[in-house]
Amino acid sequence: MIVLPIIFQFVAGTILLFFWRKTTVQKFLSILFSIIGLGISIWLFLLVWENGIMITQSGDWKAPFGISFVADTFGVTMVLVSSISGLAVSIFSAGSMRKERLEFGFFPILHFLIMGLQGAFLTGDIFNLYVWFEVVIISSFVLLTLGGKKQQLEGALKYVSLNLLASSLFLIGIGFIYGLTGSLNMADVAIKLDNLQNRGLVSVTSGIFLVAFGIKSAIFPMYFWLPASYHTPPPAVSAIFAGLLTKLGIYAMLRTFTLMFGGDEFMGDIMVILAALTILSGGLGALLQQNMGKIFGYLIVCHIGFLIAGLGMYTELAIMGTVFYLIHDIIVKTNLFMVSGLILKINGTQDIRELGGMYKNFPIISLLMAIPLFSLVGIPPLSGFWAKIFLIQAGLQTQDYILIGFIVLGSFLTLWVIARLWSEVFWKNGIDLPKKASGLYFSQMSKTDQWLMVFPIVLLSAISLYIGFGAENIIILSQRISTELMDPSGYIEAVLGLKTMTP
Amino acid sequence: MKSLIFKTASTYLLPLLLLFSIFILLRGHYLPGGGFVGGLMAAIAFLIHSFAFGLKETQKIIKINPGYLMPIGLFFAVGAAMAPYFIGAPILKGLWFEEPFRFIGMVGSALFFDIGVYLVVIGATLTIMFSLTDTV
Repeated sequence: MIVLPIIFQFVAGTILLFFWRKTTVQKFLSILFSIIGLGISIWLFLLVWENGIMITQSGDWKAPFGISFVADTFGVTMVLVSSISGLAVSIFSAGSMRKERLEFGFFPILHFLIMGLQGAFLTGDIFNLYVWFEVVIISSFVLLTLGGKKQQLEGALKYVSLNLLASSLFLIGIGFIYGLTGSLNMADVAIKLDNLQNRGLVSVTSGIFLVAFGIKSAIFPMYFWLPASYHTPPPAVSAIFAGLLTKLGIYAMLRTFTLMFGGDEFMGDIMVILAALTILSGGLGALLQQNMGKIFGYLIVCHIGFLIAGLGMYTELAIMGTVFYLIHDIIVKTNLFMVSGLILKINGTQDIRELGGMYKNFPIISLLMAIPLFSLVGIPPLSGFWAKIFLIQAGLQTQDYILIGFIVLGSFLTLWVIARLWSEVFWKNGIDLPKKASGLYFSQMSKTDQWLMVFPIVLLSAISLYIGFGAENIIILSQRISTELMDPSGYIEAVLGLKTMTP
Repeated sequence: MKSLIFKTASTYLLPLLLLFSIFILLRGHYLPGGGFVGGLMAAIAFLIHSFAFGLKETQKIIKINPGYLMPIGLFFAVGAAMAPYFIGAPILKGLWFEEPFRFIGMVGSALFFDIGVYLVVIGATLTIMFSLTDTV
């Protein structure tokens, strides 16, 4: 019963719709549902860990014709990680979100968004993947515009127009796939594409997919919409966007490029170049910005580069590094935007020139914030360190020395940005900022709300620490995932129920 | 609109259109029609009534807030999707009653899914139109 996480999130969102104006009930129920959802994902994860790949043929239509849902280790890991950050965001928004926004259905939409994400992680059908992408886009558009400030609408317009463009490219790519193979089931397509003579057309199709997912995951020439829109919505919304939406593009890329277009040499080279440029432009962009939300936005772009780099090198070690980095990045980026939200609540601004004196006034919270900030940089033994080690190792294996240079440069740029942030926000002596009229400050909030804002940061920091210190477990997990991804015959066999002939 | 002809006509149109929308809903599985079109038609029936008599009168007829029709409809849909799971089949499998019902014909889980869509469409359309009329 592997669609249970999706169905559960759907039911959760639907139940929350009944309590349209009762925000207190919604807060309570949303946290409760998120905890149950996390429990279901853990259960599914353990089940797949024990039994291997599991499938459901929806509607009882057999594999190449109906829509298959496939739970392989990669899919369920992503479901698990997305449930964790969904829970954190749900708690954080219960503490920090303004009542006006909650009244317009923030929580139901949040659950529908998570439903879309988990559906995308579990589906085994390329057109169904597109449908889940649409679910995610529509929900994220609502979340982005909730509250309807002018600045928000401006950001949302850029976000939506570019994402719609990406979706139509994705659809065109699906059209190509269907034209070439007459099938939409990813496992079936994988076999048929393998036997196809016209390799040029396959390369073109994979190029279309690269552009489509590239826009969604904000890689080099297509990343402009991200820093322009991610700092506009409330921090809780940015947190879930930063943690999961761009990573959805990366997930789709990993899935399609390993399963369907397996290791195209030409595409690999292009991806390596794009990765290097993404790292460079994201890092340099982050250096220039003064607004904390924008800095983190550019850092997302920078670290997407690392993920693409691993996919471009396309060895088992590289994919493993990518998967490790993906797990680490989702947790840390979600946490990072919640940290920026907390800083905003405490000080009323996100401009790092005006901020200061955080360490003096809030020493414990500052130490807590140090964990996500420095695991982002990858200071050993925090979580980012291990992922980068594997990527660099993989680069040494394939002798992509220039790419290694860029990965190291990206890490330095991140270190520079975070160090600047740390000295400006935490160590510099603060000045008294003029109080703004709108919104509550952290010190004016009730004890429960304060606790609700700090707790998810503690939770995610603890998980980051675990990824860093318990790295051997995550390494075993990502090794298994990369083995499954690099040799898709197990996946194909499970979906189609037949032995595949590998040429 | 204060036209007498329109008012009189709309009192007759409301039940007729509602009946017709249910007819469209029921014939939808194999023939053109279904929950979406039926729902739109039912929403139009209420809209015509609200043009003739004003928002308050129509809300009095519907009794519940149309916003609540959406989650109810979603529950119908998810119930129809989940039903096969409880007899051990994969979700979304079409289950059918053995014998056709009088007037309705064959009934299966797809019909309940369509009813869900029908309610969601009525709820969504009426919520949008009512809040637009409210603000104007």
